[in-house]
Amino acid sequence: MTAPRLLVIDAREGLRHFPRERMVDVLRTGDLVVANDAATMPASLHGVHVPSGEPIEVRLAGWRSLSTDPTDFTAVVFGAGDFHTRTEDRPHPPAIAAGDTLTLGPLSATVAHLLGHARLICLHFSGSSDEIWAGIARHGRPVQYAHVQSPLALWDVWTAVAGAPVAFEPPSAGFALDWQIIAALHARDIGFTTITHAAGISSTGDADLDVQLPFDEPYDIPISAANAIARTRASGGRIIAIGTTVVRALEHSARHDGIVHAGRDIATGRIGQGTQLRVVDAILTGVHERGTSHYEMLRAFADDVTLSAADEELVAQEYRLHEFGDSVLVIPAAL
Amino acid sequence: MGANPFFELRVAVTGGTSGLGLALVELFHAKGARVAFVARDPERVASVARAHPGTHGIVGNVALKDDIYPMALQMLGELGGLDVLINNASDLGSTPLALLGDTECEDLERALATNLLGPFRLTKALLGALAASARERRGAVVLNVSSDAAINAYPTWGAYSASKAGLRHLTRIWDEELAQQGVRFLSVDPGDMDTPLHALAVPDADTSTLKRPEAAARELLGAIAETLAMKGLVA
Repeated sequence: MTAPRLLVIDAREGLRHFPRERMVDVLRTGDLVVANDAATMPASLHGVHVPSGEPIEVRLAGWRSLSTDPTDFTAVVFGAGDFHTRTEDRPHPPAIAAGDTLTLGPLSATVAHLLGHARLICLHFSGSSDEIWAGIARHGRPVQYAHVQSPLALWDVWTAVAGAPVAFEPPSAGFALDWQIIAALHARDIGFTTITHAAGISSTGDADLDVQLPFDEPYDIPISAANAIARTRASGGRIIAIGTTVVRALEHSARHDGIVHAGRDIATGRIGQGTQLRVVDAILTGVHERGTSHYEMLRAFADDVTLSAADEELVAQEYRLHEFGDSVLVIPAAL
Repeated sequence: MGANPFFELRVAVTGGTSGLGLALVELFHAKGARVAFVARDPERVASVARAHPGTHGIVGNVALKDDIYPMALQMLGELGGLDVLINNASDLGSTPLALLGDTECEDLERALATNLLGPFRLTKALLGALAASARERRGAVVLNVSSDAAINAYPTWGAYSASKAGLRHLTRIWDEELAQQGVRFLSVDPGDMDTPLHALAVPDADTSTLKRPEAAARELLGAIAETLAMKGLVA
C-alpha cells in the first residue's frame, strides 16, 4: 500500500499534493489542530428478534448523552446477513413493535419504542452498566460496510487519540494523526487539542432514514480545549478541524455568540453550503463522494467551482476514498 | 494532612484480585478513586467487585492480544476516561523457577506476553485517553510494576527477569517520548512481598520477613502522588 496522501485545497494557492505525514508543513506556528478523541464502540450486535425467532443485526447508532451508562440507545435494525452485503441490499428485519425482546449474544434488550420508522428503534438494555459494557465488548463488532470485505477489529477503528468509547463509527479523519505528527506539531509550536463527539452511524441503507443523518450527536468540549481555541483565535491563529464531527461540535457550541464554550451539549442540524462558519477556519477530512453529508460539509469551506476542480484532481491522481483512504485539507479563500 | 490527590481519580489496575493488585484496588477505593480492575477468574473478579462497591471488575487476560481492546473499552466506558494505569499483572515464567537451560520456551513466551507485550498493548490502547487526561490536567500516569530482578541477574529467575527488564526499559522510552504530551511513566520495584506470586517462586520463604502488599501499595500510591505533585496537580 502506498503512503497516504493529502490534497490541500487552498482557495488562494490552488491544489497542492503532499504526503500526509507532512501535513505539518501546511500549517503555521500559532495554528491549533482540533481532533475528536471519541473511541468507537463495537456497535454491531447480531442476535435474534425473540417474538419472531428471526435473526437480526442491531447497529447502535446514537445516544442522548455522553454518560458512562450504556443502557439506552437509538439503533437501526437490519435483517439476516452482515456487512458483506451492501446495506441497501440487506433483507428487512421482521416487523418490530414496542416491548419486543431482542437477544444479542450475552445481552438482552427491549424495544422501548419505534422512532417514526420500522427499522429505527429506541433500545433499552437489561442489566448493570458493567454487564452491558462487558456484553458489548465481547459480542459487538465494529460497524462496517461492504467496501471493506475483511472483518474489522477494534484496533482498526480506534484512532491514535481515541479515549472515551462514545462513537458508533470512527471519527475517521483522525486516522491521519499519529504520535509522530502530534510531536511534530508540538515542535513547531502548533497547538493540539481534542474534543469528544459521539460520531453516529453514517448510512442505514434506507433512503428515508439516510435523509435524517447525521442524527443529533452529543459532544463534550473540555475546558482545556475551549481555552486553547480562545487563545488561538485571540492571537490570530487558525482553527484546523480534524473531521466533520469537530466542525459540527465547535460550530454548534459557538452558534449564539461565536464563542466555543466548555461543557456538554447536543449538536443538531447540518452544515453545508451557505453555513456561516464562526470558529473553524479549515477542515482536514477523508475523500468522500459528492452527495454524502461529509461532502456537503465541505461546501461551507469552498465554493462549488473549487470543489469540482478538486474532485477532478482526486480522480485523476487516484486518491483513495472512504474512511481508511487519503485525505483533503480545505482552506477557504479568506485565509 | 495534605489534600487527597486520589479522590475521583480514574484508575485501572491489572491483576487486581490478589497480592499487590488487590491491595492497590482496596487502597485506591478507600481513597475515593474510581477504580476498574482486571483479572482472569470471573468468580474472583465478581467477589472483589462485590467487596468494594463502586469498583468495576473486568474479566480478561493481559497476555491475550484479543482481550486487550475489550478490556480497554470496558475501562474507558465504565470510567469515562482514564487518569492512572497500573500494569501489575505478572507471570513468573517457569514454576517452580528453573535455570534458563531448563526453561521451556513456552514459559518464557508466557512471561513476555504477560509482563511485556500485555502492558505495551494495553498502554497503547489507552494512550489517547491518557493524553486527554494530561491535557485536562487530571493525571496521566502509567505505573509499571517492576522488580529488582529487572536489574540483577538472579539464577533461575531468567524468564521473569528478562521480561521485567524489557518492561523497565519500555517504561523509560515511553516516558521520554510522551513527557512532552504530559503522560508520565513510572517503573517501581515494590520489593519482596508476601503474595501468591512470591509463594510460587519461593515456596519455603519465611513470610514473616516479607513486606505486606498493603505496605507496598501505600508506597506505590506515594510514588504516584509525587508524580502528580511534580505536574502541579496536588492542591
